[in-house]
Amino acid sequence: MRGAAMDDFMVRAFAAALGVALVASPFGCFVVWRRMAYFGDTLAHSALLGVALGLGFDLDPTLGIIAASFVIAVLLAVMQKNQDIAADTLLGIMSHGALAVGMVALAFLDNVRLDLMAYLFGDILAVSLDDVIWIWCGGAVVLAGLGFLWRPLLSMTVHEDLAQVEGVNVGRVRIVLMLLIALVIATAMKVVGVLLVTSLLIIPAATARQMARTPEQMALIACGVGALGAFGGLWGAVTFDTPAGPSIVVVSVLLFLTSRIGRSVSAR
Amino acid sequence: MNRAAGQILVEGKNLNKSYRGRSVLDAVDIAVHRGEIVTVIGPNGAGKTTLVKVLMGLVKPDGGTVVKVPGIVVGYVPQKIAVDSTMPLTVEYFLRLGLPRSLSGQGRLQAALEETEIVPLRHLPVQSVSGGEMQRVLLARALLRNPDLLVLDEPAQGVDVTGQADLYETIGRIRDSRGCGVLMVSHDLHLVMSATDTVLCLNNHVCCAGHPETVSADPAYVSLFGAKVAETLALYHHHHDHHHDLHGEVVEDEHEGGRHG
Repeated sequence: MRGAAMDDFMVRAFAAALGVALVASPFGCFVVWRRMAYFGDTLAHSALLGVALGLGFDLDPTLGIIAASFVIAVLLAVMQKNQDIAADTLLGIMSHGALAVGMVALAFLDNVRLDLMAYLFGDILAVSLDDVIWIWCGGAVVLAGLGFLWRPLLSMTVHEDLAQVEGVNVGRVRIVLMLLIALVIATAMKVVGVLLVTSLLIIPAATARQMARTPEQMALIACGVGALGAFGGLWGAVTFDTPAGPSIVVVSVLLFLTSRIGRSVSAR
Repeated sequence: MNRAAGQILVEGKNLNKSYRGRSVLDAVDIAVHRGEIVTVIGPNGAGKTTLVKVLMGLVKPDGGTVVKVPGIVVGYVPQKIAVDSTMPLTVEYFLRLGLPRSLSGQGRLQAALEETEIVPLRHLPVQSVSGGEMQRVLLARALLRNPDLLVLDEPAQGVDVTGQADLYETIGRIRDSRGCGVLMVSHDLHLVMSATDTVLCLNNHVCCAGHPETVSADPAYVSLFGAKVAETLALYHHHHDHHHDLHGEVVEDEHEGGRHG
């Protein structure tokens, strides 16, 4: 069975996984610093709604996903100003609401047959060359945006009022970060799916924390950890014939646990 | 404001702000001149922080106007802050975050570290410094910007008494050497007394304002802080014309008209 065709799809899978890891990990640092993990989940859950939108309007599902997560991100930004509802309650409502509406909307599209599992857990072994190009080009744009906003973002993450007095347009930077994260999630979904996508953001960042002395170091180390997790997971998936997306997450968790154990050993 | 000679840096007129139906600022007037130290004192919930935030444009007032000289640089020391431990950040890096790119330079950073006496903290994680040290770190960050106006919200919070005296001395020295305007918020007139030119006694409305010795003798100040606290400072005192009920509202005393604020 091993032939040129098989090598091609493995090359594409590795390229996609590496690209996603390199893009998601630096954003993951901000997700960790700003305590946005649940926000990531909420955007991811809205993706199924996006898929339904895309199919319903005869668009590319990725475009639908991006549109849906943009709408959810803006809605959250607007609704968080209402302090009668706690942020986590609001996120819970939006997250499960979006997931449920997405499932129901998909059921109405009875002329399409959809591999739901591929969306829920990712289907990296099926990525096309177009997907890989999209991941790398889109990823480069999104990373450039992050680089451009790096200092104001760090400053407002440390203290919003201080950043604003020092001239950061806090409201605008915050919404741009949310939209960039929405793009990252729409992209990373292809690798690990709706249910696991937040892990690609937060696990490498959390693993990198104790090895880093500056925010930039943390982002770079997170990229390394993310790439290691992606490669290790894909290798494991091929070797042991396990699902690729979850395997990547399993390896990432193992790396995280190793770093924690390493830390408590070296602390002694 | 007898000692205030410089130009007005920021001025608030007839400022009003309420949260959920509760009036926090009620017709408040305030001005800070170049070279002047203005201290806002008042009990908890008096609207001190809100006033400062309104003047800096962080909070929109419901009514009134804020006029800030265009182009002035504001250095802000917020009420004690804790940097989340999920972010690896040294004191030096924290300071650099506030440094505009156009002003970057080692000399400038070193000068601010020396002026606030925190050189040894430079390479420590910002989460590891004590409350009093953090106030100095924040002060250094504000100074890096070479501010025309320095705004400090409870700079002495979490600092012990000798530390507080040192801190106010440092602030006074900064004003003398840089000639900037200073607006600060404090609980307590005692320690700021010698370091301030003008005191604004706030309890949602302006109870009284003026030179610290005048204010400490003012009946409105006495009634707000209690005779015992006031006596230690007051040079004289006389009968006051209003007191505050449980909600901090002004209650005019029956036999006298008018009020101070």
